[in-house]
Formats: sequence, C-alpha cells, structure tokens
Amino acid sequence: MAFDYDKWLRPGKLPHIWCPGCGHGIVMKGLIRAMDTLKLKKEETAIVSGIGCASRLPGYIDCCTLHTAHGRAAAFATGVKMAKPEMNVILVGGDGDGTAIGGNHFIHACRRNINMTYIIMNNYIYGMTGGQFSPCTPTGHKASTTPYGNPDPGFDIAKLAIGAGATFVARGTAFHANQIDKLIAEAIQHKGFSVVEILDDCPTTYGRRNKYKSVIEMMNRLKDVAVPVKAAEKMTAEQLQGKILTGVLYKEEKPEYIEEYAKVIERAKAAK
Amino acid sequence: MSKKVAFLQGNEAAAYGALYAGCDFFAGYPITPSTEVSEVLSAELPKTGGKFLQMEDEIAAMAAILGASLAGAKVLTSTSGPGLSLKQELIGYGCIAEIPCVVYNVMRGGPSTGMPTGPSQSDVMCAKWGTHGDHPAICLVPASVQETYEEVIRAFNLSEKYRTPVMVMPDEIVAHMRERIVFPEPGEVEVVPRKSPTVPPEQYKPYDTSFGDVPPLAAFGSGYKFHVTGLNKMQDGFPTTKAEIVQAEEERQVRKVDANIDDIVTFEEYLLDDADVVVVAYGSTSRSARYAVNVAREQGIKAGMFRIKTFWPFPDKQIKALAGKVKGIVIPEMNLGMCSLELERCAQGKVPVLGIFRVDGEPINPDQILAKIKEVK
Repeated sequence: MAFDYDKWLRPGKLPHIWCPGCGHGIVMKGLIRAMDTLKLKKEETAIVSGIGCASRLPGYIDCCTLHTAHGRAAAFATGVKMAKPEMNVILVGGDGDGTAIGGNHFIHACRRNINMTYIIMNNYIYGMTGGQFSPCTPTGHKASTTPYGNPDPGFDIAKLAIGAGATFVARGTAFHANQIDKLIAEAIQHKGFSVVEILDDCPTTYGRRNKYKSVIEMMNRLKDVAVPVKAAEKMTAEQLQGKILTGVLYKEEKPEYIEEYAKVIERAKAAK
Repeated sequence: MSKKVAFLQGNEAAAYGALYAGCDFFAGYPITPSTEVSEVLSAELPKTGGKFLQMEDEIAAMAAILGASLAGAKVLTSTSGPGLSLKQELIGYGCIAEIPCVVYNVMRGGPSTGMPTGPSQSDVMCAKWGTHGDHPAICLVPASVQETYEEVIRAFNLSEKYRTPVMVMPDEIVAHMRERIVFPEPGEVEVVPRKSPTVPPEQYKPYDTSFGDVPPLAAFGSGYKFHVTGLNKMQDGFPTTKAEIVQAEEERQVRKVDANIDDIVTFEEYLLDDADVVVVAYGSTSRSARYAVNVAREQGIKAGMFRIKTFWPFPDKQIKALAGKVKGIVIPEMNLGMCSLELERCAQGKVPVLGIFRVDGEPINPDQILAKIKEVK
C-alpha cells in the first residue's frame, strides 16, 4: 500500500513553492516518513526554519511550525526546546541560511549538544534570491554573483558540524530518497544535537549556470559522487577522489544540554 | 508584617521585578552596563525550575526568548546600545508575529561601542524606529531603582496584554545606582496572564480577530498546532500578499497600542497646576530636574515638571495640553535632542522648547536646568 503523506500535510497548502526538479520535496517526504515511523505526535513536534526555499517546508506540515528570520532557526529552536523539553524539535533549512548568516547559531547549537535534529538541504546556492553563491558553492562554479567563477572555497557542512561538537552527523542525497527517512529517523532518535545534510539540487539557479543540461543529469551526479561510508572503507584514496561520503558519518554519546541544565536546576534548588 | 526591603542597583531590581512578574525564561549575551540582570537571573531562575541561557550573540538571545515565549514561557532579555541594534530585526519579528517578550536595554553612550560605562538617553528613538517597517512600540523609562522593579513588572503585563515586545530602558545611572527598594507582597501587584485560546485546537487561528485586536495565543506543545512566520500573514498564520489583508493586519498591529494609549501611557506631574515653565524629563535626568524645579520655586519662579514614565507611546495629549498653558518647555536629556523633537511636534509652535543636550557621559546637573528655566520669558 502506498504511503499516505496526506495525513502529515496541511490541507489546502499545496502546491509547494519549489521548482520542478528541486529536491526539497524529496527531503520533505523523507522527513514525513521518518516522523511517521517514529510515531511522533504532531502537537508535540515543532519544525523550525529560517529563510529560503528550504525554509518554506514547515508551512506544509501539520505540526507546530515556526518560520523564523534568515539564519535564526537554531536560536529560536533552542528557546522552544528549553521552554518545552518534551517537544520534538526539528530544524530545516538551506546551506546559505544555515552556514552563512546562521553559521554562528549552527556551531553553537552543535557545541551545546541540545537534543534537536537539523536537516540542511545543501543545493550549493541561494535559490530564493535568484542564485547567488553560498558558502557551499564549489570553487570555480558560477552563480549570479560569481559570473567569472567562484573564488571562495566551500564549507564541508558535516565536518563543520563534527568539529563544532554535534554528536550525530549524517549525509544523504536527494537521489537516494529511500535512505533519507532512515537517516532522519536515526538522527531524531539520537540523544543530542544531530545534523543531517542532504545534498540537493537547484536546477533553476545553479544547474543552468553550471552546464547541467537537465535535472536528470544533476540527479545522476548525486548518484555518482555518493559513496556509502561502509563501501568507502574498502576503497583507496585514489578511488575516493571526488567522491562524497554518505550515511552516518559520526556518532558519539556526550552529555546532552537539557539533561545538563536539569542538573543545574537541581544544584540551584539544593543551594537555596 | 513589615515588607521585605533591600539595597539594590537598578539592574538587580529589574531581575527581581521579572521574577515577580513570573518570568521563567531568560536569554542574554554579556554586555556592559546591563550584565547584572544576567548574573542575578542565572542564580535565581533555576531555583524555581526556570531557564537561563547565555547565547552565542545578541541576536540569538532575542531569537531564543521569542521561541521560548511561543512555547508558553514568560521571557526577558537584557542588553545595551550595540546589543539593541543587533536585536532590532527580531524585535520586528516579535511585533509582526505578535509574540510577548520584554527587552531590557540600559542606555549607554553611542553610537557603536561609544562609552560602555557612561550614561546616555540616546536609545529612545531606536526603541520606536530601530526595526524596519511599521509596528507598535511600547517603551518604559524608569527613574529610580524602585520604579525599575515596578516597570519591569508592568512591561511583562503590557507585553502579555497587547501581545507585543515591550522595552524597559533605564539610563546607565538608574541601572547602576543603589537605592532602598521595598518589595511588594505576592499578589499585591497585578500580574497579567496571557490570553489563552478558548476554542478547541481544530478551530484555533493564531491571529483570529473575532476575539478582538489582540487574539489569544496558544503555546506550542499545549495541544494546539499552528504556523508562525515573519511574513505578512493571514488570521490563520500563513503568509499572504493580498493587499487588503496585509493592510488590515498591519493597521491592527499598530492599533493594538494606538487605541489603548490611555491604558499604557504613564507620567508624573510635579507642581504643574500653576506652572509657567515646565521641565519635561525622564530617567535619571528627572532627578536633577526635580531639584532644579524646587530651587526655582524657592526663587519665586513658577516651575514644574512633567516626568515621562512611558516614552512610547509618547504622551502627546498631555504635552499638547501643557503647551497651551505654559510659557516654555525645558527638556534636559542625555542625547542631542531626541525627546525634544517629540515635544516640538506636540507643542506645534505654541511655546518655545529649550533643550539641554549632553552626550559627554556626564549627568545633567540641576544648575544647568535652572539656568535654562530662567531663560523662559
């Protein structure tokens, strides 16, 4: 039987704003399947986003949804989670929102290791504003503001998250649709701050400037560059050249912020 | 039973006022000269299960209180000049999304880093015009430690009642001076609760104007599912660009305050009944003004003081009435003439408005004010 997405979608809010060929819808379906698998209660689940194409996702899902300001999702979400720790708090957004204007909030949410899940849809570009280069646009590539090729080196979001202290970091792609829900579900179940980067595509503002002839070609690229971490163990450095690891990249158990703050409350009460 | 008294500075009083008002969530970022608020609340909030967060920056602190308020908490942040500039975008978010919160801002010298330990009153325009777009503004300017305590409570009440950010802005002198404070008993001062929805979750709309200009706000995690955005929105919380809806919603947000000015605006009238000269003052400057008015009276000059306690909305009605009665208005303020502009607007050319403006980090002394009172003919 086909999966029933409708029970998670808000009636009357579709069609979504995303262009044909954009992978954000694939990610949204993955998130819905993950929430369904985990039997999350809609009333007890907050989905928080910043600004951008990916950040429009919460509006379509029938939960407590908060579309904040550009880059600020992690900081708003931290407030929601601290005030109502029993809620499931899931952040969604794009690469520009999360790693440029929201970069500071992102690394500090990782550092605190607060029990939330952040899904970053990395399409290498600022899509909503028409295709300006982001901190994830590959060097040399074209964007509306890098007509002669991008001089900036890009971020590796997963490495950034691990370096900043996130205790669960995974990467998938919009092509590997069936893996997305599993990565997100595992991330939500992990106690601590979990980051799931989904390599995505933006045929409208990135693909056409960088000589991708079709959405299919962009999707095929995601298929070709992705190497599961397990498979990578048996590959040589040469074979891994130009490849991107997918799957659960990092996982560790560390004190979680809500639990640590509960100890602060205990100590404060004892000191009264 | 005698009441509890203490010897506190304004910032400490602000923290205790917040606790009296039921504040259970604070997020801030260290900044001089307001950090004592954070220090007191970091110690006091967890004692009753409240949450204290020191965030990565000023913007994050503002974001965190807005998120926590949506989850049902009563929230406060504290900051000063540069921090207020940084928070402005999200103060606007609080205005358009209609999220109750209190922003406590200690006014220090500016612009930019300015004089972090010097007093000023140069953020009063920033309180109304700092964030872009049309929006309601409420800003309280206490003049003593006791009043800082009381006005923080009132700020929480106004933010809940009108579902909008409220600012409390003492100057650095009020924030750091120590005075005797008498604490009210529990229940003695009214604490206004948030208006919660009365409809079942499936009928709930976060901006449902059938309940008036201030619709009830449900908390995330209380059984209600709804959408919140910083985009112009419809009554159900979802974005719209429909001209008539955007116009009506924008007007309603501003009307929440404009139609209730008499409920919000507070002031003190001192020796005004027969006054020829009125000194309009606020914050610590009003303490020098009171002294100057007393000395002027001793010298036979009919001087009085109108003390602004609520800077925004501005007491237009009262100033307009005064302008028709007195020969001149004197305005001492620690900026280059911000309140002065408002007074000129209200005076409509009927009487001269004489300013004493200091931005050198020194308080305005009574002699300066007395000399200006004597200039009024």
